Amino acid sequence: MTITEKILAVHAGKRHVVPGELLDVRIDLALGNDITAPLAIQAFKEIGAKRVFHRDRVVLVPDHFTPAKDILSAEQCKVLREFAKAHRLTHFFEIGEAGIEHTLLPEKGLVLPGELVIGADSHTCTYGALGAFSTGVGSTDLGAAMATGRLWLKVPESLKLIYHGKINPWVSGKDLILFTIGDIGVDGALYQAMEFSGETIRSLSMAGRFTMANMAIEAGGKNGIFEPDEITLEYVKPRAKRPYQVYRSDSEARYVEEREYDVSKIHPQVALPHIPSNVKDVREVGKIEIDQVVIGSCTNGHLDDLRVAAKILKGKKVAPSLRLIIIPATQEIYRQSLKEGLFEIFLSAGAVISPPTCGPCLGGYMGVLAEGERALATTNRNFRGRMGHAKSEVYLANPAVAAASAIKGRICHPEEVVG
Amino acid sequence: MKVGVNHKPMKIAGKIWKFGSDVDTDAIIPARYLNQSDPKELVKHVMEDERPEFCQGVRKGDILLAEKNFGCGSSREHAPLALKAAGISCIIAKSFARIFYRNGLNLGLPLLESSEASEAIQEGDRVRVNLTTGEIFDLTQKRKFFAKPIPTFMQDLIRDGGLIPHLQKRGSKKNVKYQSSHEVMNRR
Repeated sequence: MTITEKILAVHAGKRHVVPGELLDVRIDLALGNDITAPLAIQAFKEIGAKRVFHRDRVVLVPDHFTPAKDILSAEQCKVLREFAKAHRLTHFFEIGEAGIEHTLLPEKGLVLPGELVIGADSHTCTYGALGAFSTGVGSTDLGAAMATGRLWLKVPESLKLIYHGKINPWVSGKDLILFTIGDIGVDGALYQAMEFSGETIRSLSMAGRFTMANMAIEAGGKNGIFEPDEITLEYVKPRAKRPYQVYRSDSEARYVEEREYDVSKIHPQVALPHIPSNVKDVREVGKIEIDQVVIGSCTNGHLDDLRVAAKILKGKKVAPSLRLIIIPATQEIYRQSLKEGLFEIFLSAGAVISPPTCGPCLGGYMGVLAEGERALATTNRNFRGRMGHAKSEVYLANPAVAAASAIKGRICHPEEVVG
Repeated sequence: MKVGVNHKPMKIAGKIWKFGSDVDTDAIIPARYLNQSDPKELVKHVMEDERPEFCQGVRKGDILLAEKNFGCGSSREHAPLALKAAGISCIIAKSFARIFYRNGLNLGLPLLESSEASEAIQEGDRVRVNLTTGEIFDLTQKRKFFAKPIPTFMQDLIRDGGLIPHLQKRGSKKNVKYQSSHEVMNRR
């Protein structure tokens, strides 16, 4: 069996499962946010549920429109807060201790290798970086799961993606996943498990792995997953507060397809509007002037991402009339960035630093685009109108490309700014 | 699995609104309206950026037709909720993004996959759908297509108006407890 099949089998109380099989699985963690949890809580009440299946295992994170951007958003957060209080949830994260859910949960040690996590947010697939099975669901499914701790799932076929070769300068997990989505398309892994492997992956940082697993949904994947290794365990050990199990795919595991990538041929990638698969090498995009750059989100708001941006921005200024918005993904990353002096570099460059929030990534607030404006973002989606006006444009890239482009005022390779 | 013997076939008829590939949930309902989840409010903005005339023109019973990967992107259940509230009675596509597929059925919105129908049926055609058999009949072109029928347990969900009303209806009054659709399926 593959790692995905093994985790699903264990959670269904079975020895063996095959793709296509429907399972009733036990859930280790159920997650909701300020947009999806209000509907889930409504569903929870409508089915007559009296209490959550486990008060340590239902996690609510208000992060999309927080600190509340308007009265309606504040009301949504209030629904979460009151539910958390009524059910004495251990893990309700008020803004002072919170951040973007998918960076926050691993940081707090709430998701561990071998676990099964569902969340009413499509980027719940991020936790696959830890060797967990995690997938996004809707609010009704979350409401039911909060009550029962169970959910039905179909065992997906697994698609093996193998990366080998030496990684080029300024290339990160973001470029590997953008390149892959460009190769297989936005439905290239529809209903499938994307298993990331190969020698290049073994040396990839946790931040890079989170970024890759995070965007599995952008290829239609049910989950993205990595076999845990020393890098994973080094990240997990100081955070874990309960035992966990490491699973690996068997050598005879069956895959629907295996695709190999020589990363020495991959250079920084840019996804052009209005679909994440519209990917090009940054040197081939031509002269594209930009109005705004956003560095942050559940995809690229990690400490490593901000360090890379700072390396490029150090001693430089952003282009005149360009807006650079930097959003550390969690309070902990915010604190660490401050401590390391990254904020001094950002402020001197002319950037604005936002508190942790999803904010502009989905056109919520904190950097919404006007008609005709163009942004380069380290986020995950560039759909029409995603960051604001229907006639605005979003380009996706890694934090190094984003920082360099903020200095130049146009999309460029980091080499143009630093040698 | 037996076809629901106690039920009449579920039939739907309506006018077609045709869309392309990879229609994402941000296009169906932009995130700027997600600071609340009232279907009456959501419906005012459904497909606003994608096709501004849709929300004014759509009538109860109309059918949405799309190409591949309909409903990709965000997991927001507000997307199928808004389409259902707008009066859409069924969506036919070459394929659906998986979270949207789950959400649609959980809300009692019928979703059918048929590449043939997706290609041949035209904007404005009147179409009749039999959810029990998966038969799609284009009344304008007088052509028939077949989609894989919706599994019986999901037909029951749809008939009841979604997973929640389904569970409310079928749960006993003494012990109203949730049963996953998988349990429901095994029971039948």
